[in-house]
Amino acid sequence: MKLVALTCSFCGYAATDLAGLQGMKYSSDVTIIRLPCTGRLDVKHVLQAVRMGADGVLVVGCLEGNCNYQYGNLEARKRVEQAKGIMKEIGLEPERVEMVNLASNQPWRFVQAVEDMYVKVERMGPSPLNKVRR
Amino acid sequence: MMSNLQSVLSSGRMAVTAEIGPPKSADAETVRKLARHLKGSADAFNLTDNQTAMVRLSSIASGVVCLQEGVEPIVQMTCRDRNRIAMQSDALGASALGIRNILCLSGDHQCFGNQKEAKNVYDVDSIGQLMLLRKMRDEGQVWGGDKLEKAPELFLGAAANPFADPFEHRVVRLAKKLAAGADFIQTQSIYDVDRFERWMSQVRARGLHEKVHIIAGVMPLKSHKVALYMKNKVSGMIVPDHIIDRMKNAADPKEEGIRMCVEQIKHLQSIEGVHGIHVMAVAWEEKVPVIVKEAGLLPRPVV
Amino acid sequence: MIIAEQKPIPRIVEMLEGHKSMLVVGCRSCVAICLAGGEKEVSILSEALRIESDLKGNGWQVDEVTLERACEKEWVGEMREKVSGHDAIISLACGVGAQVMQELYPDVRVLPGLDTSNMGAPEEQGIYLEKCGGCGDCVLHLTGGICPIARCSKSLLNGPCGGSQNGKCEIDPDVPCGWDQIYHSLERIGRLDLMEVPIPPKDWRRSRSGGPRKIVRKEAVLTPEEKSARGAR
Repeated sequence: MKLVALTCSFCGYAATDLAGLQGMKYSSDVTIIRLPCTGRLDVKHVLQAVRMGADGVLVVGCLEGNCNYQYGNLEARKRVEQAKGIMKEIGLEPERVEMVNLASNQPWRFVQAVEDMYVKVERMGPSPLNKVRR
Repeated sequence: MMSNLQSVLSSGRMAVTAEIGPPKSADAETVRKLARHLKGSADAFNLTDNQTAMVRLSSIASGVVCLQEGVEPIVQMTCRDRNRIAMQSDALGASALGIRNILCLSGDHQCFGNQKEAKNVYDVDSIGQLMLLRKMRDEGQVWGGDKLEKAPELFLGAAANPFADPFEHRVVRLAKKLAAGADFIQTQSIYDVDRFERWMSQVRARGLHEKVHIIAGVMPLKSHKVALYMKNKVSGMIVPDHIIDRMKNAADPKEEGIRMCVEQIKHLQSIEGVHGIHVMAVAWEEKVPVIVKEAGLLPRPVV
Repeated sequence: MIIAEQKPIPRIVEMLEGHKSMLVVGCRSCVAICLAGGEKEVSILSEALRIESDLKGNGWQVDEVTLERACEKEWVGEMREKVSGHDAIISLACGVGAQVMQELYPDVRVLPGLDTSNMGAPEEQGIYLEKCGGCGDCVLHLTGGICPIARCSKSLLNGPCGGSQNGKCEIDPDVPCGWDQIYHSLERIGRLDLMEVPIPPKDWRRSRSGGPRKIVRKEAVLTPEEKSARGAR
């Protein structure tokens, strides 16, 4: 299984760090990518991850109202929706892409989000693009 | 030869017109039967032109069927479906076939009908249309100046809707239609009599009631649901709540609808400047004779 | 500006049947502003097409380029090297840009990735309204600065029809009545007198009805001698 987490440096990325420091266990199949803010997320980034064989893409932004740049996480949510729309148009399950909001001091929420995504894509099966690249 | 409608109106008598909706088929008999049934209950009958943008038997063809039955038609002609070439040609054709009254209309947008994908025309609007047809009649020329061997004989009508907005502009629009060539005006169905009277006082203030024949429109209601539908769904219609309540509380709504329509006609006739009544009994045409009779407007004058 | 929107991806994919190597071409002018065909949209569509190709095993080569202005030959000419080797151009420029591309690259099939809609303006971010009917004979001085051709559903010239109610058009309660807007604009300017003047049937020869339009600015056109002296095309 290949998961990609596109994380905001202020919350999501910090939470992964904290999860590590606290020795919390979660799937090793997840590749964590740091964004300055989820406001930097582009629809293209999500699609690129999918094209490169990700079975699931998780965008991790700050809690709504807590964005360091005010609206970055809200914009990101719209782009995630747009990416889901494109996934649907080209015949891929839009559920392979999700966004979660959490705070830097909530590592367990990050762990939970990864586990939820893992269970979900396992149920759906691997992305057809993952097979292509294997 | 002057149209019967024109004769009645110029004689100063209260005119009566009514509406016949052509069928959604090639069956002329529907129109013929209605014409026979309605003969004598009005001075002339409007043949609607693909109303609400539904494809129907053409208004000119329906008008000819009426003529064959000795019933005078008012052919409605919308700007939605024809450019100025077709419009002038149809006017010549109508006149050649003996049709004397043409009602100039913008027409309902095609999005209401069964040809929603259609491209509309609107080469001219109803005011431009009046200008075209008046020029043909009065100057014996088509638009642009080419001479007609024989000018059409036409009595030109237009619509007015005192219930559309902006209200203050409605009398201005009437004045423009008059300036463009309207000889008579048929109004939208009147339920909000107060607003109609306010509009009429503006009409009189401009002296327009002496220059054009205003024929007040009425539509009998079959049920309170119809009234609600018109209030909520039909743009440019006002149906006051007291009318809806009256229909709702009626023991026999259909009878009540007719009674109310008759009352309205009696009242509208008393308004200065109203020269006629137009009965739009949509899909209920058979009731026209009884409505006109109970309103005290029978028999129709022979002029 | 020109307002356009992207066709659904499955429609674009249908058009690509039989092609192997495509260049997605965007434009940084109008269609970038209406978020239909700028650099970002080019990259997203390209990525989606690459996924499509991987999913179906089409083996497509999808490349991208975004021009400064796709409606001018000078700019479109600059992508010559990029175009070579491709058997299709997917234009994310407006219909004008797509045609200029086809004209400059007559051997490559140009496919429209956008549906070009109208001449309009952004009302707010993400909302674009048609403003100009392009009739070739502007009447805005008579209509309070609001175009009756574009903003009345029936392109009426003499005021609102009987379907105008509460400022809305009969076609849809979400569509403002253009003539209601004109009326209130003239009211604000103090020129309601203009609503009283009947406007005769319009001369549509300068509109699309007169055939494809061509405007020549004599003082700007170069003579053959001037062209050769200046090395102009």
